[in-house]
Amino acid sequence: MQWEVVIGLETHAQLSTVSKIFSGAPTAFGAEPNTQACGVDIALPGVLPVLNTGAVERAIRFGLAVGAAINSPSIFARKNYFYPDLPKGYQISQYERPIVEGGTLTIQVGDTAKTVRLTRAHLEEDAGKSLHEDFHGHTGIDLNRAGTPLLEIVSEPDMRSAEEAVAYAKALHALVRWIDVCDGNMQEGSFRCDANVSVRPVGAKEFGTRREIKNLNSFRFLQQAIEYEVRWQINELEDGRAIQQATVLFDPDSGETRMMRTKEDAHDYRYFPDPDLLPLEVTAERLEAVRAAMPPLPQERQEKFCHEYGLTPYDAGLLTASRELADYFESVVAGADAKTGKLCANWINGALSARLNEEGLEIAQTRVSATQLRGMVDRIADGTISGKIAKDIFDAIWAGEGDADAIIAAKGLKQISDSGEIEKIVDQVLAANAQQVADFRAGKEKAFNSLVGQVMKASRGKANPQQVNDILRRKLTP
Amino acid sequence: MSNATLKELSARLAAKACSSVELAQDFINKINVLNKDLGCYVTVDAERTVAQAQAADARRAAGDAGVLTGVPLAHKDIFCAKGWRTTCGSKMLANFVAPYDAHVVERCDAAGMVTLGKTNMDEFAMGSSNETSFFGPVRNPWDRERVPGGSSGGSAAAVAARLAPAATGTDTGGSIRQPAALTGICGLKPTYGLVSRYGMIAFASSLDQAGPMARTAEDLGLLLNVMAGHDTRDSTSLERPAEDYNRDLAKPLKGLRVGLPKEFFAAGMTADVQKTIEAAIAEYRKLGATVVDISLPNMGLSVPVYYVLAPAEASSNLSRFDGVRYGHRAAEYTDLLDMYKRSRGEGFGAEVKRRILIGTYVLSHGYYDAYYIRAQKLRRLIAQDFAAAFKQCDVIMGPTSPTTAFKLGEKSSDPVQMYLSDIYTIAVNLAGLPGMSIPCGFDGSGLPVGLQIIGNYFDEARMLNVAHQYQLGTDWHQRAPQGAA
Repeated sequence: MQWEVVIGLETHAQLSTVSKIFSGAPTAFGAEPNTQACGVDIALPGVLPVLNTGAVERAIRFGLAVGAAINSPSIFARKNYFYPDLPKGYQISQYERPIVEGGTLTIQVGDTAKTVRLTRAHLEEDAGKSLHEDFHGHTGIDLNRAGTPLLEIVSEPDMRSAEEAVAYAKALHALVRWIDVCDGNMQEGSFRCDANVSVRPVGAKEFGTRREIKNLNSFRFLQQAIEYEVRWQINELEDGRAIQQATVLFDPDSGETRMMRTKEDAHDYRYFPDPDLLPLEVTAERLEAVRAAMPPLPQERQEKFCHEYGLTPYDAGLLTASRELADYFESVVAGADAKTGKLCANWINGALSARLNEEGLEIAQTRVSATQLRGMVDRIADGTISGKIAKDIFDAIWAGEGDADAIIAAKGLKQISDSGEIEKIVDQVLAANAQQVADFRAGKEKAFNSLVGQVMKASRGKANPQQVNDILRRKLTP
Repeated sequence: MSNATLKELSARLAAKACSSVELAQDFINKINVLNKDLGCYVTVDAERTVAQAQAADARRAAGDAGVLTGVPLAHKDIFCAKGWRTTCGSKMLANFVAPYDAHVVERCDAAGMVTLGKTNMDEFAMGSSNETSFFGPVRNPWDRERVPGGSSGGSAAAVAARLAPAATGTDTGGSIRQPAALTGICGLKPTYGLVSRYGMIAFASSLDQAGPMARTAEDLGLLLNVMAGHDTRDSTSLERPAEDYNRDLAKPLKGLRVGLPKEFFAAGMTADVQKTIEAAIAEYRKLGATVVDISLPNMGLSVPVYYVLAPAEASSNLSRFDGVRYGHRAAEYTDLLDMYKRSRGEGFGAEVKRRILIGTYVLSHGYYDAYYIRAQKLRRLIAQDFAAAFKQCDVIMGPTSPTTAFKLGEKSSDPVQMYLSDIYTIAVNLAGLPGMSIPCGFDGSGLPVGLQIIGNYFDEARMLNVAHQYQLGTDWHQRAPQGAA
């Protein structure tokens, strides 16, 4: 039987506020346990939550960015359950009326664009951490994270493969960083996904029974976990066993998912509106103020890049992976024509991005400034250097040897575009390679390339490749 | 001196007729003698009290004294007070020392008031007789075999027995007004949101409201002036300009329209209570008020509605008492679940457990709509009844409690009978309105009867005016139980 995979994602994005969602304690990561938890966070008797307006503003920004409705009012609700790292015995979340409802996110899988629908996004607080190691049979509780603001973003079950799920997660990750609502740091848990996975026979109308994979904090784990889960579910079904609704955990070491709890032991969370918090109203003025302060979104800038510099949607997509990168591109490309624009894009998406990757750096840490890169691209465009030479120059700039012009002058890398000079080298090469000349004339096109190589080598790479080509072909063709 | 009102004490301190330390010492001495039998206070700390009094005297000497600087009061043990054991009447918090001040405590401290101690109360404010306290019952100073009402029973009895000139209380379904009525003192539950709930241990957040308890309406106003005010730490605290709640005390009552809900007088109260209330109404007519018959058709639903909503909120509010971070933790347990069960099983009393169970049930999947949602709808209807009534009248009057103080143990085995003690007070909390109780006479056994005055939202100044004018012509509020004055 042919199976169709159905995936929906629930993503927790930690909002980048300085203080917690309902208290004034700081949200900074990595402090000594329990040093960033105030009375509200540890749920002393008598304390009350006060909503952080910065968290609300970020949720609105997200809603606007995905074209969602911003509900006014939205309602905070208590989700009741007992756990030692949940100090109040309930989590303040939003249930029946979330702040953000609907919206879409466009993802790119290979050459295909796909629109994923969002169900909702709601504000809630994070819990603390239970530490099961180092306490000799006891459990340690660190409440630093308790009360950290989260935006839980829920997608519709619109993804049909692990690749699509990862593309969605990546697009969402890029977006929340783009609009400055979340730092996206996955190692620190600022962005983590739960994946609801089910399979059904191709053509079936009903969804299969889903299992939820909890807490995936890297794109690789997301992909691996879904792939494993899909194989497991298909095996079960093909062996005649029914899938039981369950929550599972992914173990990165074994690459497998394992059962955490079934639907039977699911909590009854006894949600009800939190009487300590008023319904959250978002006035039209506030909405407009947030909208006015929004940066242009990736989609808009991609369209601009394609339109003004003739980039392909693919290249434009790469350049809008982050706002910093898009800004970098724009400063490199400022005032350029389409031809230079395309060159700039190629260099950023090619050599620069490879180099950053290699060294594990962000665009903000690049050693080739926008001005330097443009300086080099201009020399390629005006024929002063070849693309091949440019690679060496790029490396030299990266190594801190100065601007392109200085390096060209210092190393004598200026391209030879004097046709007389090139002709002289070509003649020498032809004289020294009679066999290859004969081969070419006998119809072996390959021999031509070899001759071009010989000429370039003899010029120490400086000969203008186009001219070399032209002169060689003229001389070889009777 | 202990028989003096806040106003009189304020005047004496201002005239330097006594010092704050002398005053505090006076009350401490009296508490030391009487508290053993009455059980009004669960915590006294003479050293802290005297230190606060000394600071108040220094403030006065420096010319920096306000109206209530140096005047003592008692705080219900539901308010966190930094450095004070704060128990909420429960074994769960029997050893909990609050690391911070409630807004109310902060305001009283800032005014220079001196804390005499923390008063006994029904456990987590759940009760109408003060018998659910882990620290034992409070006895009614008018008859020590009887209850003082609850949950602010310790505060009420302390004021009645002259062990404090005034006290703070909280009222979720009548917990200020009913004990005030049963002990012959005055108590005011302000409009919901007028006094910050910050630092007040939550029972039912949408109903809880702190208010003053004292012996005269004027004293209530003086204390409310200190307690009320916007607080950004409580999102339900209302942002309103400060006001002097005693500004209208002297206004004559001519033309005042007093609404008498027919549902209040239909049945339920004892003949003695009815007679006393009717006499009070007659007094108001003499003062120039006109009486209007009104109806609150959904009044009868207020007790069932309350006993869905209040336990629902309580079941969640009390989840934080899990033995993990503070409070009672069982000495032995086998695993996490066992620790929860034992700690909460041992730490909470029967009434608290009953309400947690009810609340958990009504919020459960499959029952939520039938109970919680329906109760919320009825709550709105009850509020609408009041809104309609206030188109016809300025204040509503009736009994505070259907009976006078009942005997210790009389109702403790019958929760429903106990819950009906609050039949006249609960609707006011559901609507978020201000309500007060003032003494208006005695029954055949010499037990005090309370007149309830319900005002429209933010009408505290008018209510105090209405109560004060009555107190100018009557002396019920000046009567003291034997051995108190």
